Amino acid sequence: MARSSIIDDVFSGLQSALAPAGPNASGIAELSWIMFAAAAVIFVVVMVFLAAAILLPPGRRGWLSGQGVVIAGGIVFPVVVLTALLVYGLALARTLVREDTPDTLRIHVIGEQFWWRVRYEREGEGDEIVTANEIHVPTGRPIRFLLTTRDVIHSFWIPSLAGKLDMIPGQTNGLTLAVERPGVYRGQCAEFCGGAHALMAFDVVAHAPADFAAWREAQLRRAVEPATPLLARGRELFLAAGCGACHAVRGTPATGSIGPDLTHVGSRRSIAAGSFPNNQGTLAGWIADSQHLKPSNRMPSFPVFSGEDLRAVAAYLESLK
Amino acid sequence: MTATVHKTPRAEERTGPAGLPNPAPRPEGEIEALKHVWRAPKGLNFITVVNNTYVGLFYVGTAFLFFILAGILALIMRTQLAVPQADIVSQGTYNQLFTMHGTMMMFLFAVPAVEAMGVYLLPNMQAARDLPFPRLSAYAFWAYFFGGLAFFCSLLFQVAPDTGWFMYPPLTGTKYSPGINADFWLLGIGFIEISAIAGAIEIIVGVLKTRAPGMSLDKLPVYAWAMLVFAALIVFAFPAVILCTLLLEIERAFGWPFFIAEKGGSAMLWQHLFWFFGHPEVYIIFLPAAGMVSMMVPTIAQTPLVGYRLVVLAIVATGFFSFGVWVHHMFATGIPQLSLSFFSAASMAVSVPSGIQVFAWIATIANGRLQLTTPALFILGFLFIFTLGGLTGVMVGMVPFDWQVHDTYFVVAHFHYVLIGGMVFPLFAAFYYWTPLASRKPLSEKLGRWVFGLMFVGMNVTFFPMHLTGLIGMPRRVYTYPAGLGWDWLNMTSTIGAFMIAAGVALFLFDLVRRFRITEDNAGNIWNAGTLEWLPSGDYANRSIPRVTSREPLWDQPHLAADVEAGRYYLPNAPTGGRETIVTSPITAEPQYVVQMPGPSWATVLGAFFTAAFFILLTVKLVIPAIVCAVIAVGMVIWWLWDTDPGPAQATVDIGGGIRLPTYVTGPMSHSWWAMVVLLMVAGTLYACLLFSYLFLWTVSPDVWPKPDALPELPWPLLPAVLYAASSLAVVLASRSLRRVPAGGAGAAGVWPMRIALAAAIPLVVAAVATDLAAQSGTGLQPTESAYGAVVYMFVSLQGFYAVVLVLMGVFTLARSLAGKLDGVRRGTFDNTMLLWHFAVVQGLVGLAVTALFPRLVGG
Repeated sequence: MARSSIIDDVFSGLQSALAPAGPNASGIAELSWIMFAAAAVIFVVVMVFLAAAILLPPGRRGWLSGQGVVIAGGIVFPVVVLTALLVYGLALARTLVREDTPDTLRIHVIGEQFWWRVRYEREGEGDEIVTANEIHVPTGRPIRFLLTTRDVIHSFWIPSLAGKLDMIPGQTNGLTLAVERPGVYRGQCAEFCGGAHALMAFDVVAHAPADFAAWREAQLRRAVEPATPLLARGRELFLAAGCGACHAVRGTPATGSIGPDLTHVGSRRSIAAGSFPNNQGTLAGWIADSQHLKPSNRMPSFPVFSGEDLRAVAAYLESLK
Repeated sequence: MTATVHKTPRAEERTGPAGLPNPAPRPEGEIEALKHVWRAPKGLNFITVVNNTYVGLFYVGTAFLFFILAGILALIMRTQLAVPQADIVSQGTYNQLFTMHGTMMMFLFAVPAVEAMGVYLLPNMQAARDLPFPRLSAYAFWAYFFGGLAFFCSLLFQVAPDTGWFMYPPLTGTKYSPGINADFWLLGIGFIEISAIAGAIEIIVGVLKTRAPGMSLDKLPVYAWAMLVFAALIVFAFPAVILCTLLLEIERAFGWPFFIAEKGGSAMLWQHLFWFFGHPEVYIIFLPAAGMVSMMVPTIAQTPLVGYRLVVLAIVATGFFSFGVWVHHMFATGIPQLSLSFFSAASMAVSVPSGIQVFAWIATIANGRLQLTTPALFILGFLFIFTLGGLTGVMVGMVPFDWQVHDTYFVVAHFHYVLIGGMVFPLFAAFYYWTPLASRKPLSEKLGRWVFGLMFVGMNVTFFPMHLTGLIGMPRRVYTYPAGLGWDWLNMTSTIGAFMIAAGVALFLFDLVRRFRITEDNAGNIWNAGTLEWLPSGDYANRSIPRVTSREPLWDQPHLAADVEAGRYYLPNAPTGGRETIVTSPITAEPQYVVQMPGPSWATVLGAFFTAAFFILLTVKLVIPAIVCAVIAVGMVIWWLWDTDPGPAQATVDIGGGIRLPTYVTGPMSHSWWAMVVLLMVAGTLYACLLFSYLFLWTVSPDVWPKPDALPELPWPLLPAVLYAASSLAVVLASRSLRRVPAGGAGAAGVWPMRIALAAAIPLVVAAVATDLAAQSGTGLQPTESAYGAVVYMFVSLQGFYAVVLVLMGVFTLARSLAGKLDGVRRGTFDNTMLLWHFAVVQGLVGLAVTALFPRLVGG
């Protein structure tokens, strides 16, 4: 493994707490580095003491052998250092928990086994936007995530942007953060939530404000009409197979709300909560055999489609940009 | 009756040729008689043995077996995680593996292992002939053995728990976990917790009441201090987890919604109760290990521990602090800032006592001259690893940092550093160090270096990279991960390290098989240690029980071993003809009486087997066979208890040095009174946790609490209150009448007032619970309708449970009276029944007051 790539993974990884892209994560990363440095120094000093206790000639280690060293090293020093650290850490914690301001963008994220429902509160004229497993945000503006769950406890975590916060039945937790620069940041469920917990990820895509407005505009539109006979057949099959019982595609009779809203599914980077890249092939595979690809997820496999039909449905979904 | 100590001995009052309590040579046949009394049963009956040296070894061996099994599960997981998207085990299997690995390491290895070492070492270190309740420790061991094996076997049938060792609802509720996997955890572990509590009671009474004369608290070995605090932590921490597993199992079985938010329950209630146990649990594991280190360091440095008082203070302080830090497992749950600050500060504070101990060990090493034996290597490894784990512990105690690393591999790294460093390395040091006590040959020093090297390097290679793995985003409890996030090479490294640890452990096993032979002629004090466990010993423990004048008696009293072996000290014989040891006062360790202890019995082994069978059969929903097993188990316990409470064998016996001690006492001086009081502390803590649950659920969902007019009318709660009070009064009257029954006077007419009063108390307490139940159900309240209903019926159910126990104990006490085994002197059984009775009544009255008054207070 090349040396540079190790450093890349740490400092510019998609999901690294040490590659901060916003003030929350930066504050914590700074605290982390201070603690790592202090811990390294303390560790080395303790080990040097231990080595001295063993290796120094007996006549020259008397200073180490009395109760004084126990009191100094075991009580005085830790109390001083820990008090300082505590004051710093709690002050930092206070700055990370902020109230809403008028320009705060409020996004509801609902954890479900094993995906993320995302709902943007209406702004101005527009409707609310419902999407899944991909959260688009503008840079340079406070964003407040309102976190709830529809089933068990999940934990919402985007290491590059902020610490994690749990989604707990019966309560709404708020997490305010901001993103400094456009980019893709990966998040993942951090509280074990059952079978496919390992496959419950998502992307945060940060845009410059103008690009975000454009994205928002696009999301507000209904699903595109099929442009080719193949896509039309795909839509027909999609509706006939009953996919609409769980999924919504706005502009069609499909209005289910159990699974992710698919109105713009083709515009997303991945499927199955960050588990697979989004393309016709993975979509087809997912429809045919979702229980094999992501065991115990809530979507049944649909082995009923012929190969040709499967391609049509997948093509249709991919066209829903 | 309380006994009078006929003479308080002083050091200068020694008699005998060497100024020692007893003359030597000892009479012919004395040692043979002693051996005969304490011999282990032969053949198949050997498994009924109760001597702590055997039970302790079985116990340590079983804990080590689970360490290996849980370690193998870890290797399977590490193999699966070696490369991204591997397909060695399925998602479902992996979820069972990590749940079982954590659960087994915690409940089947770590806690039993340290408890087992206590059972093995404490009596020897205190020169007692055995722990005060030998059958209880045998029962605790066998219950754990049968229960643990059955629990492990769930994995072989793919029905093992698969929701994490922390078992968070609602994931573990029937809605999301309909199978029996979760029940295996709740019943299996709930039951092993009971075994841990039995051990803790034994250890508290053992440390406080059965020490060598003169071993006052300031001369108590640090290890015994650590075990005392360990046992106290179990007493106050385990009830919380017992209660939450009980609540969850009841929710699963009967639909009482304690944790279901839609019905006013709270998932957070589980987390509070679980971590109120879960954090002290870490110190429950660490403190005994630290105590062992404080015993070994002076020996390997050949100098007394520097800062004994500070170290003891640190151990006690750790115990206190450990109850104030549980919320640091919940920093990411959205708890208000103010409580976060408090718990963060407490989490920092708890690291100070560990610092004190680390520096005390360093100072001791500096003060002496370290011999680089294998135990010394493991202790140095421990200091290295544990210091790192402590430093990362401070980091995760910082709230903002924890928000990032919580539930990631950083935390996995941290707690493996703390637990492997803080417990496994000291335990291996202890294996090497104390093997010469049990085995004819010590373990190999040459192989020991390799075992240490492999484990030390392997441990760091496995877990150090995990800090980074977590920081760059890998969460815990994932069965696989995508390539390209930088986790690949880190995981591969960790896997390689894990197999190095395994190689070290395998080498250790090889050495163990080759050299470890249980024998009465053990290798002896090969390290030149200073404490009493190194006295020459046999099945009867020490030939005579020494008087101690310092913390390292073997260093300070050079002839001690020879004099003890010659029988020149106390109780060199078996004057009552049965198993005995000296019971001493808790602070100054002056002899108080000679306790007669029960010997081997099938009742303990079979009782444990059927208790385990009851829980396992209940898990797999075989209710009728389960009930049959429960009845048999209770029968076995009654059989076992029937032989105890022997009454005075003779008025007093001579233990030497002019000291004559009674052979039976009751009341606050007796070991059985102490055990009962400790048990009541367990019960009281359980009840306090239930009261907490009631109030917590109210703060979460006050809307499901009833309006005052929906409660039972006020006269209703008064009726059970009066009945409770009347039952206690009847027991008090019975106690007064019993005092007037002369010893052995079972046939006299004077025994009837006691019997009638006690017999009357039984229906009164049953009626109290019944009327309470009637009052609640009379309002139409259902336990399934809301968290309020569930918790109110939980109060009543708990009282129902106590009523059943009181009925059993009341009938048992009456039966002993009818059998002529109960009188004004021999009344230990009655006293214990009475203690529990008053406790249950007070608890019932508190419950009535809370359920009747609190809703009126807040809803009026």
